[in-house]
Amino acid sequence: MSEDKIIVAILGVLGIAFTYWFFLMKKDEEVAVEELVEIKVDGGYNPSTIAIPKGKTTKIIFFRTDPTDCLSEVVLSDFKIRRELPLNQKVTIEVTPQKSGEFPFSCGMGMFHGRIIVR
Amino acid sequence: MNYNLTKKSFSVRGMHCASCVRVIERALKKVDGVSEANVNLATEQATVGFDSSKVSDQALADAVSKVGYKLVVDEGNGGDRDDQGKQGIEKKRELNDLKKKVTVSLVLGGFILWGSFPGVMQTAPPFLQNFFIQLVLAIPVQFWAGFGFYRAAIPALRHRTANMDTLVAIGTTVAFFYSTFIVFFPGVIRGISGIGELMPYFDVSTIIIGLILLGRYFEAKAKAGTSEAIKKLIGLAAKTARVIRESREIDIPIQEVKVGDIIRVRPGEKIPVDGVIVEGESSIDESMVTGESIPVDKAKGDTVIGATINKSGTFLYKATKVGQETMLAQIIKLVQEAQGSKAPIQRLADVISSYFVPIVIMLAIATFVVWYILGPAPAFLFAMLNMVAVLIIACPCAMGLATPTAIMVGTGIGAEHGILIKDAEALETAHKVKTVVFDKTGTLTKGKPEVTNVIARSEATKQSHQKREIATGYANPRNDNAVDARDDILQLSASLEKGSEHSLAEAIVRKAEEEKVKLSSVSKFKAVAGHGVEGYINNKKALLGNRRLMDKEKVDWKESNKEIERLESEGKTVMMLALRQAQGKQFQLVGLIAVADTIKESAKAGIQSLQKLGVEVAMITGDNKRTAKTIGDQLGIKQVFAEVLPQEKEEIVRNLQINKSSNQQINQSTNWLIGNSLRRNTVAMVGDGINDAPALAASDVGIAMGSGTDVAIEAADITLVNKDLRSVAQAIELSKKTMRTIKLNLFWAFGYNVVLIPVAMGVLYPFFGILLNPIFASFAMAMSSVSVVTNSLLLKRLILKAK
Repeated sequence: MSEDKIIVAILGVLGIAFTYWFFLMKKDEEVAVEELVEIKVDGGYNPSTIAIPKGKTTKIIFFRTDPTDCLSEVVLSDFKIRRELPLNQKVTIEVTPQKSGEFPFSCGMGMFHGRIIVR
Repeated sequence: MNYNLTKKSFSVRGMHCASCVRVIERALKKVDGVSEANVNLATEQATVGFDSSKVSDQALADAVSKVGYKLVVDEGNGGDRDDQGKQGIEKKRELNDLKKKVTVSLVLGGFILWGSFPGVMQTAPPFLQNFFIQLVLAIPVQFWAGFGFYRAAIPALRHRTANMDTLVAIGTTVAFFYSTFIVFFPGVIRGISGIGELMPYFDVSTIIIGLILLGRYFEAKAKAGTSEAIKKLIGLAAKTARVIRESREIDIPIQEVKVGDIIRVRPGEKIPVDGVIVEGESSIDESMVTGESIPVDKAKGDTVIGATINKSGTFLYKATKVGQETMLAQIIKLVQEAQGSKAPIQRLADVISSYFVPIVIMLAIATFVVWYILGPAPAFLFAMLNMVAVLIIACPCAMGLATPTAIMVGTGIGAEHGILIKDAEALETAHKVKTVVFDKTGTLTKGKPEVTNVIARSEATKQSHQKREIATGYANPRNDNAVDARDDILQLSASLEKGSEHSLAEAIVRKAEEEKVKLSSVSKFKAVAGHGVEGYINNKKALLGNRRLMDKEKVDWKESNKEIERLESEGKTVMMLALRQAQGKQFQLVGLIAVADTIKESAKAGIQSLQKLGVEVAMITGDNKRTAKTIGDQLGIKQVFAEVLPQEKEEIVRNLQINKSSNQQINQSTNWLIGNSLRRNTVAMVGDGINDAPALAASDVGIAMGSGTDVAIEAADITLVNKDLRSVAQAIELSKKTMRTIKLNLFWAFGYNVVLIPVAMGVLYPFFGILLNPIFASFAMAMSSVSVVTNSLLLKRLILKAK
């Protein structure tokens, strides 16, 4: 095998390993919230993992600045909420979880994900 | 000092210039108690700081209306509608923008393609074949039309996530910069790749962007169609109401209608909110809300539903529910919730799509490496083009759209037909239903039983002397003929039942009222669930109930058995009246009362439609087995559970779930535990949602018949607001069709990726020499999500007919 092929093979393996590490091994930072949290919707959800108290109403304000069509809806399926997020407008969603656990939320097409941890 | 400073924002209507702002601010500040007022023309909002103990929201609204504008106190449904209007405009703007980008990219891309595609490039004018001109044409496509891909991909990368746009951005960027490099430094690439004549690939980068944007354009248009039902519902709400205030009729916005307002509705007008008619009568078309196609005649005391249309008469009614409490608002909320829920079938698609993009990127890298090392010359070119094809062909969007779009259309169709589905899970489960259990009273029957026979024991047993003795002892002593005896039975029974809430009791009391029978007072009244009632009249204990009650109190009723059986075989429910002369003595049977309930018009057709779908139908009733069998026979129901106590209904449902009962006989409460197969059976229970809530909750699909204007029935998965029993079969059919669409969508979305990603990687090349041109890849990818959404929209053509 010629030199360039060996280099391409090594770079390829490194590229795959990097992709795996970069996208699939990231750790979400959890943000503990009491009454109100603003989630910025820009290339995903920031913060993407929020911890909220059980039995209390928490206001989650989504603020989308990203024009991606995918993100134009947010779905909190465990709370039966599907809401349009108009660009550059704040949309407040109130949740009052009765069960503790982990509840995922995502964009309308399920490409971007976030988590609500209820304690 | 009682001072409550409140700051609130209100929508303001009717503003068109900056001077309006000042006028409104001044008007608000003049109100005593208002400390500050800021009006924003752009957002049409007024933010007011005021002392809420002195000033009400309404006072602010009045002050603004005096200067000719409108301050909206309660957004209610109107708010929804406005939000929708704003969103509609925004969406339209986005669509127009997209259309422009599609046109520009495809036109410029078309020129580049003409000047560079082997075979046709010879026919193109020479300047189009110039690489520099191609670069100039490709730049606006890449960085203006394709800006959205970068705009989405870059922040996503910052959060270490990747999506569809990441793939398109990487793919087109690679093609674009490779081509640009060739334009400026052809020698370098020639040196690396060993290719003699180099060609840029601006056609690939531009056409891909054009086609993918075209796909998005169609997808966005089609997606708007999936939420049409909810938009239609929101649009149904009336805008104004003609309210009578201070004996004057005034038109006010619907948001200002209060509970208790008297509203006039004229022919052809929309009924603004829910209420009860207080004067007049009319025929009302409720189809838009309940799905019931035939107009309903209504008179004083009847409930009217907001957003329905008054057809003929003029009437006055009292508002009972306004704002978010109205039936329409509840329906909208329910449908919105259902559309926000997730079907269990979607879980797999969710898991896959969350790993999908990174995996595709890894596959694309692997494709490059394998083609570079093992591919034919020019290896670099093959490696690059195949890598781009892999990045472009992958379409996670189709997977993400497969289920929710179908659920949205499905729940929307349901709502249009008066079938309200609580969530996606209910819609999914309903297609598996093998057995439907109906509660008899109030579900299959109208729930308004009438007394058909009142028989003194003398008639039942042909022993009149005994009767006279008893009757005279307990009721007004009158002429001792059979009519009197009959009246005595009715009088005693009605007196006893006066305190009961059972529907049979109501029938007896109503009959007594009709015949103007005077009732006696009852002491120590007690209702024994599933048995009957007891109490003391004139210090003598009286019992009224079924065989179970009589057996419990050791009453000898066998002599009247023949008569009872005859009545029961006519489908009537028979209650026995027994009396005890004094403490320590035996109870004696004194008479019988037979009550019959009318079967609903839609019952038979509803059951037949279910049987046609291959669903087994069963009936549960507290009635004795003979009455139950007669009703069952009339309706064509073979599996009947009779003499079931209210608390046993839930257990029957649970048993049907584990035992696939094929027993076609009458089952008594004691022997309904039949069958030994442990196959899990999906059971739907149809009831009124109140008395049978535990059974509804225990069943896999609880179906409640709507009553009045309340639609949010907690225990029910599906609520039939049209009150039509044929809708049970329709709901199952809707579920079946929706599930078929979802499965087809998922099959298509998965199949597409599973088949075409390997093709793009070039697995067919060694055998057939087939490779996927990145331009075709982008075409296929653009069409895949469009086809999924279109397939969901095809569900709309489904006509739910009760067969």
